[in-house]
Amino acid sequence: MSLGISWVTAWIDDTVEVVSHNRTRLSELDREIGDGDHGENLDRGFSAVKVKFDTLPDDATPGAALKLVATTLISTVGGASGPLLGTAFLKGAQALGDAPEINADGVVALLTAARDGVVLRGKAEPGDKTMIDAWTPAVDAAGEAAAAGASPAGVLRAAAAAASAGAESTEPLVARKGRASYLGERAIGHRDPGAESSALIITAAADAAAATEG
Amino acid sequence: MASPVGILIVSHSAKIAEGALELAKQMAPSVTVVAAGGTDGGALGTSFEKISSGITAAQQGSGVVILCDLGSAILTAETALDFLDDAERALVVIADAPIVEGAVAAAVASETGGSLHDVTAAARTATGIADPHADERSLSRAEVQGAVERSATLVNPSGLHARPAAEFVKHAGAFESTIQINGVDAKSLLRIMGLGLPKGSTVSIVATGPDAAEAVDALIELVEGGFGEL
Repeated sequence: MSLGISWVTAWIDDTVEVVSHNRTRLSELDREIGDGDHGENLDRGFSAVKVKFDTLPDDATPGAALKLVATTLISTVGGASGPLLGTAFLKGAQALGDAPEINADGVVALLTAARDGVVLRGKAEPGDKTMIDAWTPAVDAAGEAAAAGASPAGVLRAAAAAASAGAESTEPLVARKGRASYLGERAIGHRDPGAESSALIITAAADAAAATEG
Repeated sequence: MASPVGILIVSHSAKIAEGALELAKQMAPSVTVVAAGGTDGGALGTSFEKISSGITAAQQGSGVVILCDLGSAILTAETALDFLDDAERALVVIADAPIVEGAVAAAVASETGGSLHDVTAAARTATGIADPHADERSLSRAEVQGAVERSATLVNPSGLHARPAAEFVKHAGAFESTIQINGVDAKSLLRIMGLGLPKGSTVSIVATGPDAAEAVDALIELVEGGFGEL
């Protein structure tokens, strides 16, 4: 089994829905340790992506579709997650190139390039209480699953579980990047909103892949 | 003569960006300063489109220095740079500087003919100006032994204000040595302006380093020569 453009469109549809559904919760997480606009910003960004996807040609490659996600998020989110997630989708798109289908190793390459894009843009390391704390365990788990012979959907399922656990693991941390870093120890006990939303996006990818594979 | 280096001010707030622009333009009327504040919808945040078009608008051929406030302003500006081609990107610098002080220092340096490098340096050294003596320190024994010191009187009408200060910083920046003027970093435009020295004041220049003597002689000559205002 491999994943194609129908998976990408299902992934983005799921993400639009899950971000909209979690908008208030994400902004509340952000209100605890940031500026309180993360949910609204992402919802605005993915709503714009949904509109753009209506004009996506039927024969678009997964890479071209993800590049459209990237440029739209960069232009519309209005917070740090715009350039961060935008760069993640852009680098992920570049890793896929023109390939019409993505196998298990392709999924690992996509997630790895996306994570590297976030690191390139935000200069964060694991343990800084950022979205990297969701992305890095997801990349590691994806690599292990692919090496063990998992399908693309299985690789994404492993990545999603690790991303969710990674988001939860940010709760006891002191933030070392972004606005939350101004709070020092007061950030302890709060989950990082960027790690949480990244886990939701990766989970949406896994759900869409499971539905695509049937 | 080359057109002045342009300045782009990127803030989460349109009011901050426009206010910093207004302040910078007051000291540098001929410099192209562009404000890119707030989101496309006018809310608090940063706009990729405003930054991208701002870079184009500020680019008059000699380069653009970008001043940013918080997190996403810097990230979005860096992302906008990624979308430029190599030749365009080589002429744009994001200065690691406080947004208001950096914009004023950069504007003054640009107004006085500074290169992209000079204008960036002026912005970057615009820190700690709330205390003009913040970088004052005791010299070590070795430094005292190697230090060169000379004094002179400011003879030009405007004293050590914007243009002469920028001129002074440009000359000081050409030397490798650590140089202080009346106890402040001689390579920091805003700190020198913060001294507020009028005509008739005495300036004391101390330098330590490999070219200390040449540096002090050149700077004293600049002061005694009245910065070309006489």
